[in-house]
Amino acid sequence: MTLDELEQIANEVQAAKEKSPRALNVCVAAGCLSLHSDAIKSALEKEVQRTGVNCRVAGTGCMGLCSLGPLVNREPDGQLLKNVAEADAAEIVEKLESVPPERLLCSREQPFFQRQTAVVLENSGRINPEKIEEYIAAEGYQALVRALTEMAPAQIVQEVSKSGLRGRGGAGYPTGLKWGTVAKTIGTTKYVICNADEGDPGAFMDRSVLESDPHRVLEGMIVAGYAVGASQGYIYVRAEYPLAIKRLQAAIRDARRLGFLGSQICNAKFSFDIEIRIGGGAFVCGEETALIASIEGRRGTPRPRPPFPAQSGLWQMPTLINNVESFANIPTILRRGGEWYASLGTKKSKGTKVFALCGKVRNVGLIEVPMGTPLRQIIFEIGGGIPDGHRFKAVQTGGPSGGCIPEQSLDLPVDYESLKEVGSIMGSGGMIVMDDSACMVNVARYFMEFCMSESCGKCIPCRAGTAQMFELLTRMTSGTATPQDLELLEDLCDMVSSTSLCGLGQSAPNPVLSTLRYFREEYTEHIVDKHCRAGVCECNHLAEVSA
Amino acid sequence: MNPAPAVKTLAIDGIDVSASSDQTILDAARENGISIPTLCHLDGLTEVGACRMCLVELKGSTRLQPACVTLVEEGMEVTTRTPRLEKYRRMVLELLFAERNHVCSVCVANNMCELQDQAKAHGVTHVRFPYRSPELPVDVSHERFALDHNRCILCTRCVRVCNEIEGAHTWDLLGRGVNSLLISDLHQPWGESDTCTSCGKCVQVCPTGALFDKSKVGGKVRKNPDFLSYLNEMREGLR
Amino acid sequence: MPITSKRPSLPSSDKRWRIVAGTMRRHGFAREALIETLHTVQEYFGYLDKPSLRFVAASLRVPLSQAYGVATFYHYFTLKPPGKHTCLVCLGTACYIKGAGQLLATAEASLNVKAGETTLDGNVSLVTARCIGSCSMAPAFIFDGETAGNVNENALRSKLAGWKN
Ligand SMILES: Cc1cc2nc3c(=O)[nH]c(=O)nc-3n(C[C@H](O)[C@H](O)[C@H](O)COP(=O)(O)O)c2cc1C
Ligand code: SF4
Ligand code: SF4
Ligand code: FES
Ligand code: FES
Repeated sequence: MTLDELEQIANEVQAAKEKSPRALNVCVAAGCLSLHSDAIKSALEKEVQRTGVNCRVAGTGCMGLCSLGPLVNREPDGQLLKNVAEADAAEIVEKLESVPPERLLCSREQPFFQRQTAVVLENSGRINPEKIEEYIAAEGYQALVRALTEMAPAQIVQEVSKSGLRGRGGAGYPTGLKWGTVAKTIGTTKYVICNADEGDPGAFMDRSVLESDPHRVLEGMIVAGYAVGASQGYIYVRAEYPLAIKRLQAAIRDARRLGFLGSQICNAKFSFDIEIRIGGGAFVCGEETALIASIEGRRGTPRPRPPFPAQSGLWQMPTLINNVESFANIPTILRRGGEWYASLGTKKSKGTKVFALCGKVRNVGLIEVPMGTPLRQIIFEIGGGIPDGHRFKAVQTGGPSGGCIPEQSLDLPVDYESLKEVGSIMGSGGMIVMDDSACMVNVARYFMEFCMSESCGKCIPCRAGTAQMFELLTRMTSGTATPQDLELLEDLCDMVSSTSLCGLGQSAPNPVLSTLRYFREEYTEHIVDKHCRAGVCECNHLAEVSA
Repeated sequence: MNPAPAVKTLAIDGIDVSASSDQTILDAARENGISIPTLCHLDGLTEVGACRMCLVELKGSTRLQPACVTLVEEGMEVTTRTPRLEKYRRMVLELLFAERNHVCSVCVANNMCELQDQAKAHGVTHVRFPYRSPELPVDVSHERFALDHNRCILCTRCVRVCNEIEGAHTWDLLGRGVNSLLISDLHQPWGESDTCTSCGKCVQVCPTGALFDKSKVGGKVRKNPDFLSYLNEMREGLR
Repeated sequence: MPITSKRPSLPSSDKRWRIVAGTMRRHGFAREALIETLHTVQEYFGYLDKPSLRFVAASLRVPLSQAYGVATFYHYFTLKPPGKHTCLVCLGTACYIKGAGQLLATAEASLNVKAGETTLDGNVSLVTARCIGSCSMAPAFIFDGETAGNVNENALRSKLAGWKN
């Protein structure tokens, strides 16, 4: 494959579009699909066929505003239709050339869309994820062809370093530095792994990228393979994501067909292939050494590091592990240059970040903003604020490893450092908004239950410590705790975070610590007054009975 | 191939020691008469770094490091006993006592148990955490040995010795987290195991009264977990 | 010298075993194919029982206890046959914040089982998951493979009642 051949494919796609400029693109990613958008797509297809109008009907990936789904995007005028039902098909097709029905119209002139900057999501909802040609028409695989024909591996590493990209899997380790380490490690066989385990129970960014634009991830991985000298890649996907797996399988097949995977890719002395490995429902397998154990067919228990996977990973070989979103940034970085990417974001956190915005907020969905965007803007402008007349209470980021951020910190620009300062973490991008109907002790207990049941059980502090913390928190929510229990809980938080073997245990106390930091009075109320101000905990019944 | 190990000098608890670059902090400390508590470590088995008893402080690093898996480095300054470390070690022991049912006075390993020894050494006189008191079985189906899950601390020494030394891999763990359980083969009674050779190595290496020799109950016979280094040395000699 | 041992023959003439063997062959009967193979067994048989674990373990030369350890480590695998119907409750954060905990309690009470169990008559399995990616319609359920969003007490009760024989 050469740049000219890419252009030719792009031209063909373009020509087909010009021949038939009208199109209805139905979102068939997870959110809308669970509202049966596939049925809407067939209804539209039937209607188009029945009326004989010249209009393409296609499935696309996520358009972001899931809470108004199912969404349909109309070409060529780019009108967005919301809450579409099967019954609307006739009217939509009938009014193809005029203004769509008012009730279906979803304005793009609202902050939800205008405040976003799309890099990773630039193609989401715009291309058909099952057509490699459409990805190519959107400048896809150009970065790979350029990299293989015009750049030395070291130059690629340099460009990625220049971009300032940091790992999007949670820890924020500089991606260029990691690539450089693997590239320099001596080894005859090296591996590239894409971490698509996405275990945070309220996050669906990676899933959406895989379902909406899978080739972007493949392209990032192939470039990485060339840059570090690997010839085999693995994508480790959760079994809970069947659609993402299906789209990836199709994408890998198509990439092989066009010669982006296989031997002598683009006539370079470089061979690379990618296989999918399916996880089994274990959050800890997102941890890199556990993930490697799982690919090797074993129980997914982490091991002490060093050695880091970059030195000794899969089958003891040097291994590069990056998150889905990290890889998905690569094609754009190479195409537009590291400097361009570094111009987005803050001093220490460059580029954009995708968030799954959900919970008690009006606009639920997937968003991408430049690093440094204030939380208040994300929640109240993009998110549209808190519905049903409730008051904002806290926003949870980083899932079970993160924390709850209160009102007074809302003007914080989101980046790795500032989130850490306020006791949370960037995490993978789950962002859950809570209003005054949420009890912070109960939320802490929820996350502790998660960590307890997801602990692999290998090290004692995490295995037994999370179980004890869960018990202590249960005493609090059920109204049987004493002030000593709170002391014990704080002691355990310190001990479990300082002594656990892997990140799961080390960060398991974070939800407790952050809620204690900002909402300590709620803990005291549960313990001393047996009162839950949000009215969700059992301790209230207890107080009633004894009163 | 690997370059010959170099000699490194480091300080452990203020004492200057030298060690070869392929040695762990634990090796180096023990060679120099400095003791670091351990539970999951056993000379001759691969390390898992799971019990966290051997955590030490390294100058210039905020993270505590397990001495059993951390290799020595030039100029390292290691501290093995600080109030913070001692507190964490006591808590590890407390967590273990609260996790399952350890009633020392009626245990076959009373006075011959590493968990008990550690508790004594660290002054653990009572457990502040709620006892979880799980209901766990005792497997007496094997003709010579028995497994009492109530005393098991999931250190996996038995799993490793059976796999790495005996080569039978009879043992492994079922489930995960607090629900982990030691199993033989397909979770079948030990006496009906397809793979157990009845060699008894697991019984020798078990630090507590979880695995025991039925004929020795009541006797005052200490286990001999140190046979492994001997076995390994003999093997090396053969090479 | 490598020890060669014969691979076990298929447990029965059931065609699905050939598919399972196919997965193992595709991976060259390597040990690391264990999880992939267990996925195939579960996909075609619905669950993993001891004979199938024994067969897979022997074919891949994985110790029995290790195969059992893997099968029970990953919550996606089940060692018991599933019920005729499956009610999956999402307990991801977004759903939990919107009351999935109470809905689970309702389901448990009306089916008289705990999460992860199947009713005695084998009719309904009640299972939980962490985030099924439908957070925008929390609380979300999956009834027999069909995702349902914005589920409330009444919708849940009538769905479960509809499954009673
Ligand atoms: C308990 C735990 C769970 C994790 N889960 C994920 C995950 O689901 N996805 C992910 O990309 N990284 C996850 N990570 C982080 C990975 O270990 C690793 O740092 C990351 O995949 C590296 O990629 P990056 O540098 O591109 O972020 C997890 C870490 C821990 C400790
Ligand atoms: S195994 Fe050791 S610590 Fe446990 S009860 Fe027996 S003697 Fe006590
Ligand atoms: S039986 Fe003994 S050796 Fe085996 S895991 Fe339990 S405590 Fe450790
Ligand atoms: S002896 Fe080092 S962690 Fe157990
Ligand atoms: S939390 Fe339930 S679908 Fe995401």
